[in-house]
Amino acid sequence: MTPKAEAVTQDSKDEEAINRQETRLALKRFGRKRWNLIPILQKVQARLGYLPREAMVEIAAYLGIPEIDVYGVVTFYNQFRLNPPGKHSIRVCLGTACHMKGGYITLDAWKRRLDINSGETTADREFDLDTVACVGCCTMAPVTVVDNQPEGKVEPTKVDGILLAFELVREAEKKEAKQ
Amino acid sequence: MKATHSPTIASAFEDIKSRAIAHWQEVFDSGQPVILVGTATCGRAAGALDVLETIQTELEKLGVDCPVFEVGCLGHCYAEPLVVISKPGYPPICYGYVNTVIAERLVREFIAGDNPCLEFVLGALEENDLIPSFADFPRAVYEKKVVLRNCGHIDPTDIEHYIANDGYSGLATALQTSPEEIITEIKDSGLRGRGGAGFSTGEKWEKCRDTRGRPKYVICNADEGDPGAFMDRAILESDPHSVIEGIIIAAYAIGARYGYIYVRAEYPLAVERVRIALRQARKLNLLGRHILESDFSFDIRLFEGSGAFVCGEETALIASLEGQAGMPRYRPPYPPSSGLYGKPTVVNNVKTLASVPPIMVNGAGWFNDIGSGESRGTAVFALAGKIVNTGLVEVPMGTTLRQVIFDVGSGIPDGKRFKAVQIGGPSGGCLPESALDLPVDFDSLTGAGAMMGSGGMVVLDEDDCMVEIARYFLEFTQRESCGKCTFCRLGTKQMLTLLNDITQGKGTQADLDTLKTLAEDIKAGSLCGLGKTAPNPVLTTLRYFEDEYHAHITEGCCPALMCQQLIAYYILPDKCERSCDACVGTCTVEAISSNKRRIKVIDQEKCVKCNTCLTACPPQYNAVIKLSPPSEVPAAEK
Repeated sequence: MTPKAEAVTQDSKDEEAINRQETRLALKRFGRKRWNLIPILQKVQARLGYLPREAMVEIAAYLGIPEIDVYGVVTFYNQFRLNPPGKHSIRVCLGTACHMKGGYITLDAWKRRLDINSGETTADREFDLDTVACVGCCTMAPVTVVDNQPEGKVEPTKVDGILLAFELVREAEKKEAKQ
Repeated sequence: MKATHSPTIASAFEDIKSRAIAHWQEVFDSGQPVILVGTATCGRAAGALDVLETIQTELEKLGVDCPVFEVGCLGHCYAEPLVVISKPGYPPICYGYVNTVIAERLVREFIAGDNPCLEFVLGALEENDLIPSFADFPRAVYEKKVVLRNCGHIDPTDIEHYIANDGYSGLATALQTSPEEIITEIKDSGLRGRGGAGFSTGEKWEKCRDTRGRPKYVICNADEGDPGAFMDRAILESDPHSVIEGIIIAAYAIGARYGYIYVRAEYPLAVERVRIALRQARKLNLLGRHILESDFSFDIRLFEGSGAFVCGEETALIASLEGQAGMPRYRPPYPPSSGLYGKPTVVNNVKTLASVPPIMVNGAGWFNDIGSGESRGTAVFALAGKIVNTGLVEVPMGTTLRQVIFDVGSGIPDGKRFKAVQIGGPSGGCLPESALDLPVDFDSLTGAGAMMGSGGMVVLDEDDCMVEIARYFLEFTQRESCGKCTFCRLGTKQMLTLLNDITQGKGTQADLDTLKTLAEDIKAGSLCGLGKTAPNPVLTTLRYFEDEYHAHITEGCCPALMCQQLIAYYILPDKCERSCDACVGTCTVEAISSNKRRIKVIDQEKCVKCNTCLTACPPQYNAVIKLSPPSEVPAAEK
């Protein structure tokens, strides 16, 4: 194994250990009852940002249910994600009103600019892109939820504007760090 | 209703109520101005939080002491952010389209000064001689607020605001009445479930009460998954206590010990406000052991749904509460006989439960006088899409679609023509102009192929392609199908493939027959409402707009110019103002360039059809157009 590859394996081992630790901490608040499964998953995802394999294994052992049952529930619901999130979350609303007012065009714009598909995270882990069925702000269509803040009337030019805003913040931070 | 007088309950509630009223009067009748800012999710998306912050800093700067409350949604979502100012000497005035600059002026000139800034007024909340009020709006003729009675008028995070406005009076009355009498009262009121199916609420409660088995449960179904519907979100964010009070009354009537509110996790603000409301209700002993010193004990837990549309179906919702994947099961037994953990359970929609407290206060007769035919009470709709007044409306059952869309909603914007209205989300259908005189109630729409559903109403104009909307809904139900029934799982997939082909110009005439056959089979072969109604959008568009399907198939043309594969963007050379560069600058993929005569030309290979150039082209030129089929673009430019 090259030194670099070794370092990577070490990193992922560390990450796995941290994930296990965090999951165990989250589990402490819950009784060992099956009906707690979904609240547990929500809590763990809130802590880790996603549900890695090791977390699901821990949860299954804690509740005394087969691992496949945990995996089955995780993949059934839209809320749960299996890959790590980016620093900023982009959720494009594809409710009826948003779709009819061009939500699909907005989604295309995000895909093009971030160069990822829906459900993926950019390589630098800055952004993750996903769709949401409806956030209930139909009057502001087309809506994109950026870091839990719904943005109304997001058309391709506004996509560029939002990304530019993030870029400016990052540059300002860099400048500050230099000083 | 005859209330058997119970001195302890009555005095316990009287204590709470007099304190709440004193608190309310201290704020609203004290002679000082009060500011209300609508900060429901719809307001926030429009920038209400910035407005709120500006108001607070400005008040501080000027050293004016004026209470500011965050309230919910008034229903006029098209004019968000909304600010209401009550100042002695003036009627309460609602300002629309408020931004930080306007907010600053309102504080300086109206709160600190004496100029009500009439140029920003949307309407007064009360009739008066000075300013037009909401009652003068054409929509006021039709609107009747029962469920939305408090939305936008009270602070949802302050239980005393709710109590001071008749809140929990219904519960106090109910606790002094026998459960049987309450059930009779609800039956007499004619209240039917607002979730879509329209089953009699009183009968459901009675069935659950009569079933042996303990403990019993009440579940509030707030898993509002229909894309295009936001009534439940607005109610929970604006007036959570009305729902909680309804749940407690239901629990008392059926003899339940525990209740759940099942809210979508995608509604974080609703979740937060319900959580606060539950805490406050417990503190005042309106929840918990011996509610209002009666023998009745009951508590509610909040459950966050994890985003599966099918969980709006009651048996799937119950499976989800039990920690399983949310798959529906065969009914009967219905939940009132065997529900959560196999115990008798009532599952009611948010709007159904929010209708219960006013019935307790005003009596069954009052509720029964509203509405028409077998549908009593009001219907709450979320108006969205191509309509001027998007937002929440509540009208008596039996109001016609035309009245809702053209009188309450003020019709279609930009002088476009009405094409169809989509009602009931993925389970409903698209109704054309000819169906506009149908009344909105539980039964009339079913005949036309749609259904009232939970109340999403999306208006479509001439720019909307009916094949595309059918495809969109089918894509949604196909993705959300839980996979249990073969016809739903595979049938919707097959229908989606056919519709995808048609919207890409690859369909055949035979596909239309296949679609119809599949639709009938899916309806017959599915267990739950999702599958049984999934083909409705396709069937109704085929019934009313078949010519659009034919245009896609035979001419490869999308008449509404919407289907991406069948259109091309084109700049009319004789309309292009050569010195203008608006389209070139905004094109997101640099597909537009100037030719020798400085006329702008789109490179069709590069164009991603993002519509930006069309919106960028100044209206006095209007040089960018859409063509369908794409072969219409002159050959020289390809």
